[in-house]
Amino acid sequence: MALPEAKQSPTEARLASLSLPTAGCTRDAREAALARVREMGLPGRRDEYWKYTRPDTLIQPEAPKAAVFTADEPLMFDQIDRLKIVFVDGVFSPEASDDLSLEGVQIERLEDICCKDFHWAKELYGVLEARGQNPVPRPLAALNTAFAADGVAIHVTGKPSKPICLIYKHESETSDAILHHVIRVESGAEVTILENGPAASRFNKCMEIDVADGGTLHHVRAQGRDHERRAATHMFTRLGEKSVYKSFTLTVNGVLTRNEQVVELTGDEGVAHVSGACVGDGDFLHDDTVFITHDAVNCESRQVFKKVLRNGATGVFQGKILVKEGAQKTDGYQISQSLLLDDDSQFLAKPELEIYADDVACSHGSTSGAIDETALFYLRSRGVPEKDATNMLTLAFLAEAVDEIEDPALVEDIVARLQGWLARRS
Amino acid sequence: MLEIKNLHVKLEEEDKQILKGVDLTVEAGKVHAIMGPNGSGKSTLSYVLSGRDGYEVTEGSATLDGEDLLELEPEERAALGLFLAFQYPVEIPGVGNMTFLRTAVNAQRKVRGEEELSAADFLKLVRAKAKTLKIDADMLKRPVNVGFSGGEKKRNEILQMAMLEPKMCILDETDSGLDVDAMKLVADGVNALRDEGRGFLVITHYQRLLDHIKPDVVHIMANGRIVKTGGPELALEVEHNGYADILAEVN
Repeated sequence: MALPEAKQSPTEARLASLSLPTAGCTRDAREAALARVREMGLPGRRDEYWKYTRPDTLIQPEAPKAAVFTADEPLMFDQIDRLKIVFVDGVFSPEASDDLSLEGVQIERLEDICCKDFHWAKELYGVLEARGQNPVPRPLAALNTAFAADGVAIHVTGKPSKPICLIYKHESETSDAILHHVIRVESGAEVTILENGPAASRFNKCMEIDVADGGTLHHVRAQGRDHERRAATHMFTRLGEKSVYKSFTLTVNGVLTRNEQVVELTGDEGVAHVSGACVGDGDFLHDDTVFITHDAVNCESRQVFKKVLRNGATGVFQGKILVKEGAQKTDGYQISQSLLLDDDSQFLAKPELEIYADDVACSHGSTSGAIDETALFYLRSRGVPEKDATNMLTLAFLAEAVDEIEDPALVEDIVARLQGWLARRS
Repeated sequence: MLEIKNLHVKLEEEDKQILKGVDLTVEAGKVHAIMGPNGSGKSTLSYVLSGRDGYEVTEGSATLDGEDLLELEPEERAALGLFLAFQYPVEIPGVGNMTFLRTAVNAQRKVRGEEELSAADFLKLVRAKAKTLKIDADMLKRPVNVGFSGGEKKRNEILQMAMLEPKMCILDETDSGLDVDAMKLVADGVNALRDEGRGFLVITHYQRLLDHIKPDVVHIMANGRIVKTGGPELALEVEHNGYADILAEVN
C-alpha cells in the first residue's frame, strides 16, 4: 500500500539526504531496512505512538544546529576503570579509544565485522530491530539499520574485568550521527555496558542486544547536558532462559530525547529491568517509550521511570507490558512518576497492559505531583533550609529509579550528576 | 525564654479562629505542660510556633529569647533553638535517617557560625546518643521514619532533639501511640536533656506522661485559651475528674 502523501514526502526528503553504505556484509540487512522505512514512512505528528512527542526535528533532512557545551564537571564515569570506546560526532575515534582487547570479550568496529570471524554479528544486524517493528512500527530504528555510519559489535564470551564504556563526544554543532551497535552475550557470560555523552547535534542510535541462556547484561547510560541536542535511541533486547538484562538511563537536559526500549523475554525465568531518571528544565522534552513482551513462563520485568520537571518542561512515558498466551507466572511491574516543581511543567503518561495468560501478576502505576509539603516542613523544622530540603526530597523522589543500578560506584556517579543539576538551580 | 502574648490564630483558608488569646511564658530550666480536651488548640499552638503553613496570626506575639519567632522561616526558628517533636513524625522514603540528621545538625551549626561536624565526629555522637535511646544501627540507616513502629518514630524524634540540642523543646503528644515501656524510654530521653538552660513545653492529653516527665507548671487549654494554670497537682485533678469540672469552674 502506498504511503499517504503527508508521510511520503517528508520520508523521501529525509532519505534523499542520506546514502546507503555500499560495501559490507550488512548490505542485505540495510536494503531490507530501507524497504521497511519506505513501507512504514517516518513518524509523523498524527501517529498515535508520537502523540506526545513531535518527531519533526528528528526526521527533517538536516540536523537542527546545537551548540557544543563545555562541561564544568569531570567526565562521567571517569573514576571508574573501564574500557573506553570513543565516538566523535558519531565517528569512531581510534586515537581517543582504548585498545579494544579485553579478556572475555571481542570488540570489532561495525565496518570490520565482514572481514573478521564475526558471523553472529552479521546474523544479528537488523534482526532484532525488524522483530521489534511489530506490533508497533519504529521507523527511526529501521532508518538507523539502513544508514548507520558506524558502531561496534561486542561479543561477550566470559566475564570481562571491567565495564565497556561507549563515549559519545559532540564537537560539531551541525552533526547528524547514526550509530548502530550489536551485542551478543553468550551463555553464562556477564558484562556491564556504559554509555555517556551528548553524541551529536542530532543522534539516532540503535542497539541490538541478544542475551543467551544464563547471560547477564547491565547497562547504565548518562545522556549529556548539551541543551540543544536531540536524540532518538532504540534498544532491542532478546533474552534467553534465566538471562538478566538491567538497564538504567540518566538524562540531564537536552531539548528532545526519545528513548525506546523493546524487550522480548523468550526463555523461562528471564529478568528484565528498565529504569530511568531524568531532570529537565524549560523547553526540555523527555520521552521514555517501553515495550516489554513476555513470551515464556516465570519471567520478571520491571519498569521504573522518574522524571523531575520544572519551568515548563515536558515528560512523556509510554510503557507497555504484553503477556503472550502461555507466559504464565509472569511478574510484571511498571511505575512512572513525575515530580512537577512548578505549575507550568507537564507529564504525559500512557501505561498499558495487554495480557493473554491467566496466571500472572502485573501491576502498574503512574503519578504526577508536587513536593510533599508535610515532608518539606518536617525537614525545615529541623533546620534544613528550604532549597536544601527541596533538593533532598527531589533526590529521594528519584531514588527508586537510581536504586535499580546495582554497582554502588555507578550510583555515586549518577547521584553526583543529579546533585550538580539541583545545585545549579538552587 | 519563650514568651507568648495574646496570641490569636486563625486558619488561613477558612474563617475559623483557633487560638483566641494565648498567654504563656516558659522560663529556661522549666518544664511546662499543656493539657486540654481535643480541639482546644494545643497542636495548632505547636505548629504556629514552629512555622507551619496554613495558619494566620491575627494578633499577639511569640518570641524566643526576645527574637520574634513569627517573622522567621521554620529553619530559622530551628537554628534559633526551637524544636518540635511531632505528634505524627513524617515518613520520608528515599532520605536516609543519618543523612537527614547530619544535614540538619550541620545546617544549624552553619547558621550559628559554628564549624560543621565531620562525618566521623557526627557518627560517634549519633551512635552514643542512639544507644541510650535503644535505637539500633539499622534504624539509623533506614529512610526517615519509613517502616518505623510508633515507638521507634517517637524515639527517633527524641534522638533528633538530642542531636540538635535546642533551647526550647515542644513535645506534641509524644506519648500518643506508646506503650508503657516505650513511654518510659522516651521520657528518660527527655529527662536526660533537662538542664538549666533549656525549656520544655509538653503537650499531652493524659497525666501518664507527666508521671515520667515531672512538670513544674501545668496549664489547661480550652477553646483556644489557657484557662487555668497550676502545679503538678492540676494534672492529677484532670486525671481523676476529667476536664468537665475545671471547664465548668472557669466558665
